[in-house]
Amino acid sequence: MIVNSDNKTDRTEEKKSMLDYLAPQVRQIQPSGIRKFFDLVSGNKDIITLGVGEPDFVTPWHVREACVYSLERGFTRYTSNSGTPELREAIAQYLYDNFSVAYEPKDEILVTVGGSEAIDLALRALISPGDEILIPEPSYITYSPITTISGGVPVGIETFAKDQFKLQAEQLEAAITPKSKVLVLSYPSNPTGGIMTYEDWLPIAKIVEKHDLIVISDEIYAELTYLGKHVSFASVPGMRDRTILVSGFSKAFAMTGWRMGYVCGHPDLISAMLKIHQYTIMCAPAMGQVAALEALTNGMEEKDRMVDSYNQRRRLVVQGFRDIGLECHEPQGAFYAFPSIQLTGLSSDEFAQRLLREAKVAAVPGDVFGLGGEGYLRCSYATSVSQLNEAIHRIGEFVRKLG
Amino acid sequence: MKVLSELKQKLIELLREDARYTPELLATMLGASEEEVKTAIQELEQEHIIVKYATVVNSSKLDDEKVTALIEVQITPERGRGFDSIAERVYLYPQVKSVYLMSGAYDLLVEVEGRNLKDVASFVSQKLSTLESVLSTKTHFILKKYKQDGVIFEDHEEDHRLMISP
Repeated sequence: MIVNSDNKTDRTEEKKSMLDYLAPQVRQIQPSGIRKFFDLVSGNKDIITLGVGEPDFVTPWHVREACVYSLERGFTRYTSNSGTPELREAIAQYLYDNFSVAYEPKDEILVTVGGSEAIDLALRALISPGDEILIPEPSYITYSPITTISGGVPVGIETFAKDQFKLQAEQLEAAITPKSKVLVLSYPSNPTGGIMTYEDWLPIAKIVEKHDLIVISDEIYAELTYLGKHVSFASVPGMRDRTILVSGFSKAFAMTGWRMGYVCGHPDLISAMLKIHQYTIMCAPAMGQVAALEALTNGMEEKDRMVDSYNQRRRLVVQGFRDIGLECHEPQGAFYAFPSIQLTGLSSDEFAQRLLREAKVAAVPGDVFGLGGEGYLRCSYATSVSQLNEAIHRIGEFVRKLG
Repeated sequence: MKVLSELKQKLIELLREDARYTPELLATMLGASEEEVKTAIQELEQEHIIVKYATVVNSSKLDDEKVTALIEVQITPERGRGFDSIAERVYLYPQVKSVYLMSGAYDLLVEVEGRNLKDVASFVSQKLSTLESVLSTKTHFILKKYKQDGVIFEDHEEDHRLMISP
């Protein structure tokens, strides 16, 4: 009798799943709730979507054209690890002119593959196993999983509509333990549209100093503020060297697909991030860097026009939600409204799923954004006026029928 | 020339985008009251700043054979009245869609629409070039319109965004 020993071996190891090979810190993180909702929506026709987290504008033509020209000229090679000197110069000038923060292009600015890479670099550079990372929520979905992957412990801090989803000093203080190391700030906020003013920052800065925290400030929506200019946390006195400033081109210049971002901070921190960046990424795409430089050099007028247009639509949706009886705090930044759906008695997830099925409107349930998101719905208003009007009409009908 | 209030400037921008925006919608979008918006629009109309609410049509999709020509016209300006009186004599013809006074090699640029090529040709030879102060004309027929008043006619720029993204 011939025994096929290969088969036998297979059978004895049948119980070991491929998943068992995975690193536990990766295995334990959940796919984002946004992903789940994406799967529900895709394939559906005639849907109006308020679920999109990116501008509805196409990248301005002059930016696209500059990239095409650079390709024709053969600008297709690696750049310096930290990005082209011209782009870093332009970023430094831009940040200084607009947000009064000064960074040395040589060793305090690193061009990254989107703000996303910058967040990853910053968290990985700072976290040692067991460190607690403080994350005001509801928040963008990336900070907590990256923290977990790096061996850190995410600690959510709930923020509330009654405070316009601003981070409150008392709540921050209450969340701090001896293990707290990093505070992640993300204002203007995706998903709430909340912002922090200079006065809002001052008490936060005090606590940061008192507890010797390092701050990662994700200011990707800095250009999209509607009542006064954005105040960078790095511009608050004493905070510059404690802050890793993350930003990028996606939102302000309608350049999401280009994946162009940057991170600024103390040279010691940037050089640590540069180490990770040079071993994993090498450099941000050369053609994207050309486009980003063009956006900063000649794109301000177009950017202002886009911001103006978001602002008009912001007023429209907020009024629209209030008119159909949904409470909606006034978002002062980004391009999301975050109305409460609590009066319907449904959970965010139920509401969003039924809204999709019964009213053909897609929006993201608030609970996917962490603490404080349950009972809310994230609605992007980066969509045409006619679509917004129709969406609000449909949501109104839907809510009315729920009675 | 007067400096318009910010509200009026924004109203003009939005109405240029879509003249059917209601005062209520405009008021919400601009953070003004409906009354303010109505008054501002009325004033813009009275001051002939807003002169007409028109529709931009992609006539290549229509089954008519109208032709449009741009005509360069060289003229001798009239003493004391410059180019204006001759421009008036040109623009009063209903088939003339627009008239511009130009710098450079010629003086007036006249846009003429006719039922067909012959129609435009006879307007040029019988009406336009026979005017006393007209020295010469050069007629250019428009073969295809790609973009008009900021609207790209064959724009298939669909929304390629993911339906849901973080």
